[in-house]
Amino acid sequence: MFVVIYSLKINRLCVDLAGLRLVNPTMLASGILGLSAESLGNIVKGGAGAIVTKSVGLKPRKGYPNPTIVQTNCGLINAVGLPNPGINEFVKEIREAKNFNVPLIVSVYGFSAEEYAKVAKRAVDAEADAVELNVSCSHVKETGSEIGQNPEILAEVIRKVKASVEKPVFVKLSPNVTDIAEVAEVATKAGADALTAINTVKAIAIDPETAMPILSNKTGGLSGPAIKPIAIRCVYEIYEHVKVPIIGCGGITNWQDAVEFVLAGATAIQIGTAIAQKGPNVFRAVTRGINAYLKKKGFKSVNEIVGLSHRS
Amino acid sequence: MKLSAYRIAANKLRTTRILSIKIESPTVKTFTFKDKECIKAKPGQFLMLWIPGVDEIPLSILDAKENGIISVAVKKVGEATEALHSKKAGDIIGVRGPFGNSFTIKTGRILMVGGGTGTAPLLFLAKKLASETTKLVFVIGAKTIEELLFIDKLKSTLAREKTQLIATTEDGSYGIKGIATTPLETLLEKEKFDMIYTCGPEQMMRKVFDLAEKHGITLEASLERLMRCAVGLCGSCVIGGYCVCKEGPVFTAEQLREVKNEFGVSKRDFDGRKIPLE
Repeated sequence: MFVVIYSLKINRLCVDLAGLRLVNPTMLASGILGLSAESLGNIVKGGAGAIVTKSVGLKPRKGYPNPTIVQTNCGLINAVGLPNPGINEFVKEIREAKNFNVPLIVSVYGFSAEEYAKVAKRAVDAEADAVELNVSCSHVKETGSEIGQNPEILAEVIRKVKASVEKPVFVKLSPNVTDIAEVAEVATKAGADALTAINTVKAIAIDPETAMPILSNKTGGLSGPAIKPIAIRCVYEIYEHVKVPIIGCGGITNWQDAVEFVLAGATAIQIGTAIAQKGPNVFRAVTRGINAYLKKKGFKSVNEIVGLSHRS
Repeated sequence: MKLSAYRIAANKLRTTRILSIKIESPTVKTFTFKDKECIKAKPGQFLMLWIPGVDEIPLSILDAKENGIISVAVKKVGEATEALHSKKAGDIIGVRGPFGNSFTIKTGRILMVGGGTGTAPLLFLAKKLASETTKLVFVIGAKTIEELLFIDKLKSTLAREKTQLIATTEDGSYGIKGIATTPLETLLEKEKFDMIYTCGPEQMMRKVFDLAEKHGITLEASLERLMRCAVGLCGSCVIGGYCVCKEGPVFTAEQLREVKNEFGVSKRDFDGRKIPLE
């Protein structure tokens, strides 16, 4: 059966993200449904302008035992533990997901700069349009935020990846730092082509009855509506310090949230947790809302409102 | 359908005490506990059960009574289920859910095929349907007579006209010697059915599906996959483009045709790789 993938192709919504052409500024956030090409296809059908895979490393990883997520009043805390089949197995899914005709970004993690570079190279060899470096996962030791929180190691990782791939390199930043703008400057100086802000905020949930942390890993990363104001502030601060495009991420559930991120300085936005409530069509709903907003306000392009809040 | 942005919060983990434990077979125990959220659970839905300090596992709901008493049947298969089996009435467990979709309620001539603890959601469904169907045939399969689950409950649920219980055991210690699908071929040759519901080992369900396709009968099957988030985000439970936790666990024949290459064939392991079903 021929499936028509409906996407809004309105010039007003097109964005250039470090050389990638997106028909609209909504993207799938890494970590959500991104281990199988078929799931990514559903996100594209839902209207996403680009897709980001779940983080992939050099070797297969099983992740943590359950409980791996905790539902809270204001979002989700997760410590899934980066489960993935390893890049050599995952290239099959990358090649299949290339058929969806939207930019495909492979999220990459490693336990050393060399590992990041190797995985990124294999992803790009399998035709990934860009890589997003996960230097901000809040719950796995010796990778993720342990790299993103150390400026020297972070710069080394980015330089090694840049030297091994010819495609854009995005860097996903952790909010669990003293000064995210400083980290953004380090990443940009080392060669990052775009910055994604933010990854989850380190959190914990304790069950009163048993007096035990619920997650098997004890701590995890908070996502969802609770972190949106933090994420907006991070994007706002980064925008004042760097020139590269920023991808806003954290708690977006509707077009108003998305517009807020763009006004703070984001060129594109990522959605993750909201899919649990709204399904993949959240991308189309947000895109339509942004379009109606731009039309009503008389803007010819979404680019005109990137960072607009900094004028006042 | 309009969903609240905070629907996730409505379903968060709460703790409760085990009310009673019933030994169903040498490997299966039924646990009951009180839970307000699960009162509204429909046959086919599942919950996530937290065994503090050990694991959190998906379980089909065996019964949800109006007084808030929920039951689940648990087979001892690994570390988590062994830890649960060693618990006593009064011990604390955690619950999230109910999650997922449920069986479509159909009247008419119904055939149910259950294997092992997969019989649990079908028994729940049979209780709701028994008085409304024009015919209800329940086929249950197990390895031995000791492992045949819920026989008494099934007998009392099916104790009326136009109902039939067919049991199979692999060693012939009770009912027909063979597996649950053994009596199906002849049953489907001589009798007409409007709907087949099945739950159990996936290879068994695949055989039931193939037979249903051959005889042109509508079918719904309840699938099981590795579960983590249970809210359709982590992707651990995908089959084809479906999340079993959200779009399932109950799948229609149309959906199963789409995932024919995986249904009864493979599943995703902890690291996301496709591996053959045992």
